[in-house]
Amino acid sequence: MTKKQKRLAVIGGLLTVGGIAIFMILFAAQDNLLYFRSPTDIIAGEVDTKTRIRLGGMVEENSIIKTNTTITHFKVTDYAETIEVVYDGILPDLFRECQGVVTEGTLGQDGVFVADIVLAKHDEAYMPPEVAESLKNETGSEIGCNKEQSS
Amino acid sequence: MIAEAGHFALILALFFTLMQSIYPFIGYFKNDQNAMMSARANAVVQFMLIAFAFAMLITSFATSDFSVALVQKHSYSLQPLIYKISATWGNHEGSMLMWVFILTLFSALVAIFGVKLPLTLQSLVLVVQGWISFTFTAFIIFTSNPFIRLSPAPIEGRDLNPILQDFGLAIHPPLLYCGYVGFSVAFSFAVAALIEGKIDNIWARWVRPWTLLAWMFLTLGIAMGSWWAYYELGWGGFWFWDPVENASFLPWLTGTALLHSAIVMEKRNALKSWTILLAIITFSMSLLGTFLVRSGVLTSVHAFASDPTRGIVILCILLVTVAGALSLYVFRAKLLTSQTLFQPISREGGLIINNLLLTAIMIVVFVGTLYPMIIEAINGSRISVGAPFFNLASAPLAAMLAIIIPFGPMLAWKRADLLGAAQRLAIIAFLAFCLGLLLMWRLDNDTPVLASFGLILGIWLIFGAIYELLYRAKLGSVPVNIFFKRLFGLPRSAFGAAFGHMGVGISVIGVIAVTSFQHEVITVMEPEKSVDVGGYEVRFDGVSDRAGPNYHEEYGQFIISKGGSQIAALEPSKRTYRASRQNTTEAGILHLGLSQLFITLGDPKNDGAYAVTLFYKPLVSLIWGGAAVMVLGGFLSLMDRRLRIGISKRVKKMPDSAQKPSMSEA
Repeated sequence: MTKKQKRLAVIGGLLTVGGIAIFMILFAAQDNLLYFRSPTDIIAGEVDTKTRIRLGGMVEENSIIKTNTTITHFKVTDYAETIEVVYDGILPDLFRECQGVVTEGTLGQDGVFVADIVLAKHDEAYMPPEVAESLKNETGSEIGCNKEQSS
Repeated sequence: MIAEAGHFALILALFFTLMQSIYPFIGYFKNDQNAMMSARANAVVQFMLIAFAFAMLITSFATSDFSVALVQKHSYSLQPLIYKISATWGNHEGSMLMWVFILTLFSALVAIFGVKLPLTLQSLVLVVQGWISFTFTAFIIFTSNPFIRLSPAPIEGRDLNPILQDFGLAIHPPLLYCGYVGFSVAFSFAVAALIEGKIDNIWARWVRPWTLLAWMFLTLGIAMGSWWAYYELGWGGFWFWDPVENASFLPWLTGTALLHSAIVMEKRNALKSWTILLAIITFSMSLLGTFLVRSGVLTSVHAFASDPTRGIVILCILLVTVAGALSLYVFRAKLLTSQTLFQPISREGGLIINNLLLTAIMIVVFVGTLYPMIIEAINGSRISVGAPFFNLASAPLAAMLAIIIPFGPMLAWKRADLLGAAQRLAIIAFLAFCLGLLLMWRLDNDTPVLASFGLILGIWLIFGAIYELLYRAKLGSVPVNIFFKRLFGLPRSAFGAAFGHMGVGISVIGVIAVTSFQHEVITVMEPEKSVDVGGYEVRFDGVSDRAGPNYHEEYGQFIISKGGSQIAALEPSKRTYRASRQNTTEAGILHLGLSQLFITLGDPKNDGAYAVTLFYKPLVSLIWGGAAVMVLGGFLSLMDRRLRIGISKRVKKMPDSAQKPSMSEA
């Protein structure tokens, strides 16, 4: 191969890889990006009932209702608005009242959020950045819960 | 005194790293042999100092010296000794010290085993290692000092995060870090080659074993992390496409590409600048991983509470390293171009396709991982990119890679016969197809089409790897005794490649089997009731209590039987740790050949009933078994005579006849 051909081959190769990668990314990104929403966004009607979203906030105090089945009800709040969540499955170990939580699912017609994933975390002191952010936006400071359990 | 001794050694090490960064470098430009030589001794001394500091920190943890702030924060007097020790790296400060410890260990190894390298190359490599060591040692001392004392000393510690109190996680960080940091050697070799402006196949021969070693550790580390997440987090998943997991996967992908491109460079003296670029990218990805884990910028189930200022410092280190190395690359890489004839249908052509696909997968994972961060920076909306994206975007690329892997070793260097290779592999493809169908029939009757395709691909990889060895030993065309002689006479690296590829196939089968055929039951079980999971009858016999060394646990008793006869009992439990009051779930796992029955205990319900999750996971052990086979392959390759560290020069001087087998090496 001459130098020119070689350069063409290199550029061609890189374009192919980049092209394939970008195509795959765009193709897969069509339906698979999840938006993070706060309870305020939902009350404001920014969320429709078909789209999967991530809902995050704090688990409201005394809101966890454990039933005699695998279904659990609880409320997620950003201290401005509160959304009721229903989840069928086993909750992660670090799921507690007055702690940040991220859930994934869709909003039901009745305004209850149906979660099929409740994200666990590895560290008690850890707060998902989105949750921290959305709490900051709404209130400017953390209020409400007594923090006894998480000490 | 122990912590102070460690602290002192650390500060002393900082001076040595500074000296190593500068003095031999000046020596290189002045052509001063002694100055260049000094890098060797310096690297060894530096390693001993850091090792001492690390040992002192471990001692503080092992003896539960709660006057050291870090120990107080992450340990507890009643913790078993092994978790007291592993608590040393179960936190930010200690893990960064371990990072530098492994870095200086690799520098010392280069100093000791690299005495046969050209002095200029060796000293430059050590200088670059010195730059990295200096930066991170300074980072530890100024932002993350592990030796700070508390006064007055508390009498009890706050306990290690309970989910880290596990054997898998005790050894996962050291393995992973050996992988991450091991790639620094390839990086330093690359930067040294760019500074020198010359590179040859001896360079590739030297870089390969180090890359291979790092790759083996990274593979083990990732597999161990995945196995830990599987049994300890209680979700029964083995990979979550979580940013932190992706962060370890990125250097693995580019590292794998690097292993293969270094072969082309060694054998064909081609792909020089590409190999250099891969070495730079791979270590940059390792640094990116460190940054993502340590800064907490991304929402991750693996993220730990962290101090944002440290994140910024690591980000700066990352940017300077990447920008510095890449600009050096831009200015100097043209000195390295080679004039080699290149045919697309050849072994090297196959390896290039391998590299292109691995890079494409890397780009997909990279973009998916960082996209949320970029979007938030641009328009403030917060999104997350989850498993569906990564599966959809990377699976087709991975499948293409799996299809071409068995072709690679069948192609000759320079100019190959693709049709011939295809004809020879046709029988393998047919066998894989039949066996895939058989396996599907065993697993489930109505199989999804894609899953069956995946299973066939896995078998194709395994058979392809075996066939390659048999073919090279000329099975069928020579008498049996000669065949065996030839088989065992094949270079170890041929076995290495075969096992490496076989391991990929084994993992593929495990992943496909679990994702497509697992049987999951989430239910509330009353005592004495049974459920059927994957053909096994599981009876719940209620829950009891017992005390562990530093926790209390409730454990469920489950009796597993098949066809009326009892085979085993499982005791999944929920633990509450005394010091931190945190809970963990300990899954009960029953190995049934390569498949597993997996039970976790949930919340208590009325009348002694409990929420329970039960999984039957067919062939799940293959996922990690495959990784073990890959590492075995790496080990065999490393044991190859021609790759053994220090032997490169002698091989070169051998007469032609002795060099012959290396021409056909995989």
